Amino acid sequence: MNYWNKYCECMEREELKKLQSQRLIEAVERVYYNVPYYRNLMQERGLMPEDIKGIEDLNKLPFTTKDDLRENYPYGFFAVPLSEIVRIHASSGTTGKPTVVGYTRRDIAIWSELMARTLTCGGATKDSVIQVAYGYGLFTGGLGVHYGAERLGASVIPISGGNTKRQIMLMKDFGTTVLACTPSYALYIAETMAEMNLHKDNFKLKYGILGAEPWTEGLRQEIEEKLGIVAIDIYGLSEIIGPGVASECLYKTGLHINEDHFIPEIIDPVTGEVLPEGSEGELVFTTITKEGIPVIRYRTRDISSLNYEPCPCGRTHVRMQKVIGRTDDMLIIRGVNVFPSQIESILIDIGETEPHYLLVIDRVGNMDNLEVWVEVSEKLFSDEVRRLEELNRRIAYEIQSTLGLSVRVKLVEPKTIERSQGKAVRVVDKRR
Amino acid sequence: MKIKQISVFLENKKGRLAQLTKILKENNIDISAISVADTANFGIIRMIVSRYSDAMRVIKDAGYTVNTTDVLAVEVADSPGGLHQVLEILSQNDISVEYLYSFVRRPSERALILFKIREIDEAIGVLNHNGINILSPEEIYEL
Repeated sequence: MNYWNKYCECMEREELKKLQSQRLIEAVERVYYNVPYYRNLMQERGLMPEDIKGIEDLNKLPFTTKDDLRENYPYGFFAVPLSEIVRIHASSGTTGKPTVVGYTRRDIAIWSELMARTLTCGGATKDSVIQVAYGYGLFTGGLGVHYGAERLGASVIPISGGNTKRQIMLMKDFGTTVLACTPSYALYIAETMAEMNLHKDNFKLKYGILGAEPWTEGLRQEIEEKLGIVAIDIYGLSEIIGPGVASECLYKTGLHINEDHFIPEIIDPVTGEVLPEGSEGELVFTTITKEGIPVIRYRTRDISSLNYEPCPCGRTHVRMQKVIGRTDDMLIIRGVNVFPSQIESILIDIGETEPHYLLVIDRVGNMDNLEVWVEVSEKLFSDEVRRLEELNRRIAYEIQSTLGLSVRVKLVEPKTIERSQGKAVRVVDKRR
Repeated sequence: MKIKQISVFLENKKGRLAQLTKILKENNIDISAISVADTANFGIIRMIVSRYSDAMRVIKDAGYTVNTTDVLAVEVADSPGGLHQVLEILSQNDISVEYLYSFVRRPSERALILFKIREIDEAIGVLNHNGINILSPEEIYEL
């Protein structure tokens, strides 16, 4: 069994707890003195930094939500001046404004370390040829894996997403051994290989480091079979650090959370109460070493559970169960976070009225496809085909430029979309 | 001079047009001109009907998206070059036509063409000036 940092990854749990406590105390001090948002919140609760004496006091602290981050857009949560920030990433927010995260030089170093652990955990070594087919850019996937792979000392192919036939050609010619991308893209690559009459034996692929969207065991088996690889699930979110929060080891029985940097909790999403060990609930993280944007008890909205049983791989870090759902209506389409409310506000801008719409998500040829059905109201209707086609294009364009996701827009007659009593059905997800 | 045209949004689904004409039949509304503009996904039905405000109401009540547009009913000679004469006049005056279609019924030896023109008032002036007959709503509804 290979470890990147055996000392940290296999630390005795008692010792780990001490380390977490000490780092939590420092993190709370940092946010209290450097982030007015947290200071105000703590003062409202009559909390001083010295009231937090260790991880047993964690639940005295307030939660942080994506909305909190958004309301303090863009830099309100930064705990250091911009002069100390060396990188900024962003992910889509609930109403168009992105969530912004900043990294100090040390944050980038830690992130690289955690990604080197993740890659090692998933079978990669310095001899690996790692093809990074996650998107590069504001999305944390591409650069996150890239820095980790360089830290590991592997040979990195920074190809980013898309251009699948070229991906496959390089994968074959360069002798790629590790593919890093979203699971749906891995499957799409496999299908395209078949179309190109290429067999998995033509490739040197051994491992897939796959994440950024939820996927099933069934999909894992299909990818492993078609690409002839071991497919490893990794987990992360930009608000915490990006990829590198947790990853499966080769035993594939839950994802080891890098607990020396992030403290996980499972809470009841309704009451906010911390649930007993092993319960399913909302996953919450506190970052204890981050400088740029430390977050306290960040509510991920992802549903999982924590398993503290020792893992045969020797790592002592707790394992989170593969994420099994969300507590909100966020969709993940081709790795992009999509909230129906984002599309709603685009339609309101265009139609100046409450729109009736439906998001239909399907997996066509193993790629996620988003179709947006919009009922044509009198406000939107025109007797000219040209105008309606313009409307169609405009909706698709506005969605594309807000979400970075190409969609198909379908104009439908009024009352096509079912009106439900109570909450409107806005999403039909036909994916497996 | 201007005629009220009714436009209805229809998805390309089997039987949708028949449902629309059924509503008109049940309400004893006569269609004197109709055209269908279709795309891969949807269609736009444009009609001139006998009782347009009643027609609007019953179509709307049935849940369709509907609006009205002003169009011109222009009389052209039913012989080679008849339509061309009108289009030539409009073109020379830099007036463009969004779309046109013809009436189901027509009086005598003349053809009756419906024009959708953005600069409708200019078009009326130009056509009148050139001696082209534009039918009034009363004449149309009597057809």
